Amino acid sequence: MRIIILGCGRVGVHLAHAMDQAGHDVTVVDRNRESFNKLGSDYGGKMVLGTGIDEDVLRKAGIEQADAFVAVTNGDNTNAMAAQIAQHVFQVPRVVARMYDPVREETYRLLGLDTVCPTVMGAVKIREMVDA
Amino acid sequence: MYIIVVGGGKVGYYLTQHLLAAGHEVAVIEKNPKKVENIINDLGGIAILGDGSDASPMLEAGMNRADIAVAATGDDEDNLIVCQMAKMKFGVKRTIARINNPKNEHIFGVLGIETTVSYVDALVAQIERGIPTHALVHLLTLRDVGAAFVEKQVPPASPVIGMTMSEMNLPEHFLIALIIRQSQAIIPKGTTHLEEGDEVVAVTAVGNEDLLEQLFRGELIKKP
Repeated sequence: MRIIILGCGRVGVHLAHAMDQAGHDVTVVDRNRESFNKLGSDYGGKMVLGTGIDEDVLRKAGIEQADAFVAVTNGDNTNAMAAQIAQHVFQVPRVVARMYDPVREETYRLLGLDTVCPTVMGAVKIREMVDA
Repeated sequence: MYIIVVGGGKVGYYLTQHLLAAGHEVAVIEKNPKKVENIINDLGGIAILGDGSDASPMLEAGMNRADIAVAATGDDEDNLIVCQMAKMKFGVKRTIARINNPKNEHIFGVLGIETTVSYVDALVAQIERGIPTHALVHLLTLRDVGAAFVEKQVPPASPVIGMTMSEMNLPEHFLIALIIRQSQAIIPKGTTHLEEGDEVVAVTAVGNEDLLEQLFRGELIKKP
């Protein structure tokens, strides 16, 4: 599978390694060159420098051939916009966006994006552990 | 009308000032406390501190009763999400987005934000108008109704020089709305003719803007 991961933070790096080791074709996009250092020397995928809401940057990352696009920058709005570009402009078959704000997450889920809200997931998990 | 402006920087500030002067009710959402303080001091208690793409300041500002939401921040991703949240979450009928990177105008259109203002494009258009023999200038695009206003100067030796509006037999969905000749505005009639150097403003369907250039090259003239 060809996957593009936007955002080279903790989640992006973790996901990139897991997908790379599983034999997938991984490209990580980030606007800070230094953030690629976190990928380490055992990462075998590609890196593209640039902002994820720029169509030209996304093309350079191979979005036209991508099977999946994941937006995990630290900005909810960047993730929401990049994911919509991937879905509506480039018709990427599988698009996932992370959003910290539960209200925005719900809004975009209702709009048809696949979203992940770590805030709600964390709260639910902690509640389960406390209740148990 | 009740207008909510998100982003209280230079653009948001002056826009708010103008809207207030025109008698509108305005609220500004701005995340920088210093800018909020300035707006409250200068324009009154109409500024709310908060992230304009967050639901709670939107609710506090009364987004659900806003007639228009204007997203005027310096970040296109924020402006997109402000407009989409205003529409989807609060049912605001009309949203207007400032576009900082002209590349994003197309994306905003695809994602359902019809009315956008790209100040880079506006600046380029202004500068082009100041250059004597300029290319086609896009004055205004009304994407929600599919109309565009374009302007171009009649070049020397153009086949249309001396022809009247009715002689040119203009195509459907295309209208010459205004002629500027020696700093005078002329609203053309069928008998009005074109002269070299006239600034011609045409209204056309979005996508057909180059009809004006084709006209000046003589490609559209149908001999009756």
